[in-house]
Amino acid sequence: MKLREIAQSISAEVLYGEEFLDSIEIQCAYGADLMSDVLAFALPGTLLLTGLTNIQIVRTAQMLDLPAVVFVRGKRPQEQAIQLASQIGMPLLLCPMSMFEACGVLFQKGLQACTIPARGV
Amino acid sequence: MTQAPYIEEYTIQAGDFTAIGEAATRFKSTLKMLGISSEAVRRAAVVAYEGEMNALIHGGGGTVKMTIHGDHLVIEVTDNGPGIPDISLAMQEGYSTAPDEIRELGFGAGMGLPNIDRNSDSMTIDTEIGKGTTLRAVIRFSPREAAARAV
Ligand SMILES: Nc1ncnc2c1ncn2[C@@H]1O[C@H](COP(=O)(O)OP(=O)(O)OP(=O)(O)O)[C@@H](O)[C@H]1O
Ligand SMILES: [Mg+2]
Repeated sequence: MKLREIAQSISAEVLYGEEFLDSIEIQCAYGADLMSDVLAFALPGTLLLTGLTNIQIVRTAQMLDLPAVVFVRGKRPQEQAIQLASQIGMPLLLCPMSMFEACGVLFQKGLQACTIPARGV
Repeated sequence: MTQAPYIEEYTIQAGDFTAIGEAATRFKSTLKMLGISSEAVRRAAVVAYEGEMNALIHGGGGTVKMTIHGDHLVIEVTDNGPGIPDISLAMQEGYSTAPDEIRELGFGAGMGLPNIDRNSDSMTIDTEIGKGTTLRAVIRFSPREAAARAV
């Protein structure tokens, strides 16, 4: 699904990266407020949904080659996070929905869970 | 043909949470420029980033260094912090002594060291109580079995 379609379906405002929305194609998403988990589980190309707002959210996405970040619950990322995103060309979307609702809508639209292989204990 | 290894090193400033990830980002662009596979680049970036984060949160700052050899790279993170009393405990997923303010920012879940281990081909930790810690992770460029997860 194109990022533009994703943005529309969750009523998201584009905080940064309008010009990239039609070129980014996304198949799976990961919702988390724990970057420790994102770093351990998210596969490249995954859309990140989060309610956290600090600069390290954008960095985490950047390290993993995640294409964009959706901030849920109407949260607005901190200025430093916006600055970094615009430096590296990472779209930021603002979504008024709760994490559950945003993920649910996207799941219904056909976005997949990011497949996490079973890991040893 | 043997070439001299390429070395890049940065300081991790005590208390500067905002700057964490700058070194990993620079490593990433160097490796991309060298034409290293995106999988190896990402693994190196994650290792360096988790290493920077640990050196800042637990070690009070330090240095992070990447050395690129012909067929592998080494990431070394050194701090002069308190050291790790029990490495096997620290390596357990979920074990963390991170303070609440770090948890509120989305980190400190005890996932970092296991994640470094998964993303590298080999990893060692040298630590001495009261002196500091050096983490050393090796990433090979040749395609390896994606044991931890398929990409
Ligand atoms: N450089 C270090 N100096 C001292 N203690 C460390 C260092 N690195 C790790 N530790 C100890 O090992 C524990 C586990 O580290 P690990 O990176 O796995 O998790 P974390 O940093 O607590 O959380 P996360 O990595 O999920 O943000 C830490 O909480 C800390 O007690
Ligand atoms: Mg850590």
